[in-house]
Amino acid sequence: MHKIWLIIQREYLTRVRKKSFIIMTFLTPLLLAAFMIIPAWLATISDSEDVVMVLDESGLFADKLESREDLKIIPIAASSLEQAKVAYQETDYTALLHIPKLDLDKPEGIRLYSKKNTSLQVKFRLENMLEKEIESQRFMASGIDRDMLNKMKANVTMTTVNLSESGERDSNVWVTSGAGIIGAVIIYFFIFLYGVQIMRGVIEEKTNRIVEVMISSVKPFQLMMGKIVGIAGVGLTQFLLWVVLSAIVVSGVQAAFDIKPAPTPIEQMQSGRAMATGEEESAETEESSQQNTLSEVSSAISNLNFPLLLGSFLFYFLGGYLLYGSLFGAIGAAVDNETDTQQFMFPITIPLIISFIMSYTVVIQNPDGPVAFWMSIIPFTSPIVMMVRIPFGVPASELLLSMGLLILGFIFTTWIASRIYRVGILMYGKKINYKELSKWLFYRV
Amino acid sequence: MSILKIDGVTKRYANHTALDNVSFDIPQGCIFGLLGPNGAGKTSLIRIITQITGADSGEIYFKGEKLRPSHIKDMGYLPEERGLYKKMKVGEQLLYLAQLKGLTKDEAIARIKEWVARFEIKEWMNKNIEDLSKGMQQKVQFMATVMHQPSLIILDEPFSGFDPINANLIKDEILRLRDNGATIIFSTHRMESVEELCDNIALINRSRKVLDGPVREIKDTYKTDTYQVIGNGQLLITSPDFEVLEQHDNHGVFRASIRLLDGASPNDLLRYLIQRVEVHSFVELVPSINDIFIRKVKETYHA
Repeated sequence: MHKIWLIIQREYLTRVRKKSFIIMTFLTPLLLAAFMIIPAWLATISDSEDVVMVLDESGLFADKLESREDLKIIPIAASSLEQAKVAYQETDYTALLHIPKLDLDKPEGIRLYSKKNTSLQVKFRLENMLEKEIESQRFMASGIDRDMLNKMKANVTMTTVNLSESGERDSNVWVTSGAGIIGAVIIYFFIFLYGVQIMRGVIEEKTNRIVEVMISSVKPFQLMMGKIVGIAGVGLTQFLLWVVLSAIVVSGVQAAFDIKPAPTPIEQMQSGRAMATGEEESAETEESSQQNTLSEVSSAISNLNFPLLLGSFLFYFLGGYLLYGSLFGAIGAAVDNETDTQQFMFPITIPLIISFIMSYTVVIQNPDGPVAFWMSIIPFTSPIVMMVRIPFGVPASELLLSMGLLILGFIFTTWIASRIYRVGILMYGKKINYKELSKWLFYRV
Repeated sequence: MSILKIDGVTKRYANHTALDNVSFDIPQGCIFGLLGPNGAGKTSLIRIITQITGADSGEIYFKGEKLRPSHIKDMGYLPEERGLYKKMKVGEQLLYLAQLKGLTKDEAIARIKEWVARFEIKEWMNKNIEDLSKGMQQKVQFMATVMHQPSLIILDEPFSGFDPINANLIKDEILRLRDNGATIIFSTHRMESVEELCDNIALINRSRKVLDGPVREIKDTYKTDTYQVIGNGQLLITSPDFEVLEQHDNHGVFRASIRLLDGASPNDLLRYLIQRVEVHSFVELVPSINDIFIRKVKETYHA
């Protein structure tokens, strides 16, 4: 036991002290911060006030175009467009809007003059204002009151509620799926990134020829497990540092720039939906609906079973890693260099990739369906698929079955891996195929 | 007393037999040469002794006890395939390997200091292994092998890769370790390289032991009573007691290999020569281990 501990320490410390580890650990939260800051910063840039001169020759929009917070409208009374252009040249206003005499049925010939290219935003907003104005004038012409129309508009948002023995809980499909998907993605990348590190470590020991020195002091199994556990520690450390550093950076950025966090994908999707449904809602309803979704999201988040989520995340995080990690170790032992790993990597990566793809297609749509059920029970796919299912609620019996099988699966792959490992690490210069590998399982060493 | 007793060890791999009923003893406190051509089975035997693999049949006794995992602490093994963690610092690496051999951290640090002083390599301690020359790496590896003061040290092809100066340094260290009571096994196919160092040897060929015992006895058994003589004069041997195997004359200087026939002693030959020529050199032609090995292998084939 003491020797395994020494090996774990070495594997852990050499990796944690590597420059690449330190850079990755600190760079990722900074990148995250950059993702937050840049959109916010861009938003503040466009916040600079736009001033548009309006020459209205039609007289239809005379006092109808109102200044907004960041878009100021200055009507001018020039006798001709040429005169207005000259006047505009003398200012540093954003643009000059020229509305010629026009026919309400066929509003054509409206032009926007500017010194620089105007931003799309300004163009869209002006277009929007004009459209709305023309629309209401048309309504007036046909005898419909705009206010009346607004009252008739309907806006429905459904609150989804989970009915369970423990009572009713507000739930939010987006939050629930998001929580699961995030967990699954992290596990997927963790298995890949650190599984490959195990494999590289074994190959390195082989090519450095240190293996024989090592196994004259320790058992091959100790060497393999020490490496797997040590690298798991590296992964957990990196993950925890990312969480902590991100939290620090994010709160620091928020404090320094006094900005709201950039909308999460979920919120974006929701506001995207809102945009698509409501044509041009009045500012108030927009605001209130956003507040609605926000409160809905936060209530759904607080209704997630965090201890269960976190507990099972850690379990599947480690379980999946250990299950695949020992196999990666066996591959490393079977080959002489990294280029030979391809043929053995393939069968290992396939179940991982399939469960990853299935989890955000089939499983997320039907988290209690047969595909989701079986994939969350089978140890090779369960670490990813079960993580997606858990936020939707999984019966305790299924969860226990899945966890139990994952432990059995881990013991099984470790057994196979250690059989291959003990033969492979002393084998040099031999091209290995599957037939050869299967023989190794039953070698007496 | 023997530190290691190898008793009927057999090891088979899928398509060949690596060791076939090999038995011999290794006396305590000697330098033992495990000799044989490449592929004879030396490394297989060493891997069984160091418990990297197990024998199919037969037993090995270490200090009179059946080999068991706790014996590993008392052995030091320098494999033919040398290697260290390239990206690890010398000091850390030595500390790690010594701790894996069961030393406590404090013991290990004390030993490292001792060896660093002996090899005068203090300035290397904070260098990565990959920044050292090949010879330096070998020294570090040698230190790692013997640092835990094992009573059995196994060196597989110990001198390959060493320049003459470092090879001598290592030779001196090996002798010193032997004098301190350790038993050393040399495994090599270059028999001439260890002949002078070994007290005992075992010859292995094609997975079988061919010959073993103290070097002096073996050489006595295989000596041919042949002497090389160099001198001035016209050498013409007519006595029936001596047989000239080979003779070269060059401007009055001769060089001859002469064998004593039954009963004649070297002094008889010398006396005979002194009366006829001027003797400059008189040396017994002792068979090298290599010669003995070749003879022995031929015998086994013919038998």
